[in-house]
Amino acid sequence: MTYFLQQLINGLQLGFVYALIALGYTMVYGIVRLINFAHGDVFMIGAYLGFFAMANWHLPFPVAIVVAMVGCAALGIFIERIAYKPLRNAPRISALITAMGVSLFIENFTNLNFMFGPAPRAYPRPFAIRTFDLGGVSISNIQIIVFTVSILLMVALSLFVSRTKIGRAMRAVSLDKDTARLMGVNVDTMISVTFGIGSALAGAGGVLYGIAYPQIQPLMGIMPGLKAFVAAVLGGIGIIPGAMLGAVIMGVVETFTSAYVSSTLRDAVAFGILILVLLVRPTGLLGKSLSEKV
Amino acid sequence: MNRRGFRFDLGWRALVLAVVGFILIQVLMWLRVINPYWQQIGCLAGITAISALGLNLVYGYTGQFSLGHAAFYGIGAYGAALLTRTLGGNIWTMMLGILVGAVLAGLVAFAIGLPILRLRSDYLAIATLGFGIIMKVLFDNSDAVFPMMGGAAGMTGIARLTNFTWVFVVALGAVMVLRNLVFSSVGRALISVREDELAAEAVGINTTKYKTLGFVVGCMYAGVAGALYAHLYAYLNPANFDFLKSIDVLLVVVIGGLGSISGTLVAAIGWTFLLEGLRVALPASVQDWRMVIYPLVMVIFMLVRPGGIFAGTEFSFLKPREYRRKR
Repeated sequence: MTYFLQQLINGLQLGFVYALIALGYTMVYGIVRLINFAHGDVFMIGAYLGFFAMANWHLPFPVAIVVAMVGCAALGIFIERIAYKPLRNAPRISALITAMGVSLFIENFTNLNFMFGPAPRAYPRPFAIRTFDLGGVSISNIQIIVFTVSILLMVALSLFVSRTKIGRAMRAVSLDKDTARLMGVNVDTMISVTFGIGSALAGAGGVLYGIAYPQIQPLMGIMPGLKAFVAAVLGGIGIIPGAMLGAVIMGVVETFTSAYVSSTLRDAVAFGILILVLLVRPTGLLGKSLSEKV
Repeated sequence: MNRRGFRFDLGWRALVLAVVGFILIQVLMWLRVINPYWQQIGCLAGITAISALGLNLVYGYTGQFSLGHAAFYGIGAYGAALLTRTLGGNIWTMMLGILVGAVLAGLVAFAIGLPILRLRSDYLAIATLGFGIIMKVLFDNSDAVFPMMGGAAGMTGIARLTNFTWVFVVALGAVMVLRNLVFSSVGRALISVREDELAAEAVGINTTKYKTLGFVVGCMYAGVAGALYAHLYAYLNPANFDFLKSIDVLLVVVIGGLGSISGTLVAAIGWTFLLEGLRVALPASVQDWRMVIYPLVMVIFMLVRPGGIFAGTEFSFLKPREYRRKR
């Protein structure tokens, strides 16, 4: 039982990091119907920005998170402007292929020696690890930080989307672009804002991932990115609470697979879930099913 | 007038061209103008072309976006390699291996295709991507069931049977089958599914049947290519069949032009030789840049020429007479 609870906590830690990435996927998909494959690489850049902020510029941990978030937001908006915006009226598959191209470009470019280089780097620990014992189950201060930061960010995002004027405009654009435009919403700005916010969350996720699993390298974004996308689909793509729910489920399932079955099979289980969900309930756990328009 | 059923011919112009090209290359090989290294690259180009022709059928003609093509390539490769390692490597087992690779890939494609081809565009993409990753994990852990497959360490001891003649003959056959398939009533049904599934269904086309057909045949092409690949390098590693490999083939199809056999052939050969040429031409210090150039080409193509080089057209020698423009 303690082992189970321990794995549950580890799984939640992974799930919360996935949630921060999945939110960006789901928001972008909700607004432009594009699987932004480059999102996992934005997450990687976030981890590196946090690394440089702490290791090279000696900034404190909270500032490092802010640096990563701002840097990633700028990167996300930049990617949208140069690669996706010209394709907004092209077939969706063209945009999807472009997204994969952007993703590969970021991975291979940062893999070059004058950039980050292919060698993995040890992530700086901003503070000493302390573990607290809760009746046999241990929880570390790092896990507490991961939980707190991600919950804070998710609450902030929910409030932003539901309570502010920009949030309302974002929701309007994701429902119907043309109508939103007629109501005076600047659609391009809203799309940029969405990319910015999604990427900022991924940036924060990158730093949290870095301190939780302290090794980073330029290809680290591929798998978490794909799994976060699976999580977004699992919860119902385009639905913000769905992404959080799906991500937590993914993290927990993955950790349990590693703990009880085999760690080499955990990717197969994650994607097996994806295919099952797509077949049984393509709109995800929280999604509403839409009939096809003719 | 359009063709009705499936016929099996290639037109004399294409055949003459193929035979002359083949003899020319054989002579150059005999004169040692083409050294064994470039021969191997030529084989790789042909194998890439076969696999890409399959993906072009799945995506370019039938419109079903697949990101798991490398998984079927891997199934064909491992299937054929297991066969030739068990029965010993000679011409006959090689033929049987290619057949087994094709059938295995086709069977798996049928089993997975029936449920997932109901999904549309990017959902299908992500499901096939998931399938590809699952297959890679299975290849990685294959040694638990088949110790011969070697798991993540890779499979060794495969006979080196693939040579240029094999690749050329199989590729010619692949072009012939695909060309006759797409220029037939079946091909028009596939294209109608790509253009508008609902409209196709409305005019009485069994879309499920044609989607499955396109997918299964396309994946069999990948299986055949995999079988040839296994016996070219005599070594298989699961890392060669991952997500990036699927994107590699997709890139060839997209650059060549969706729904164009000529485009896929030109792009497969051009791309393989370009990558290898850069490897030879570039100094060692900038080798890594090849991997940066390649996604850039992909993005620029999508932004500037989304139809690819050929944009749905063909060399006229590949078209049946009925389809050539009248003077």
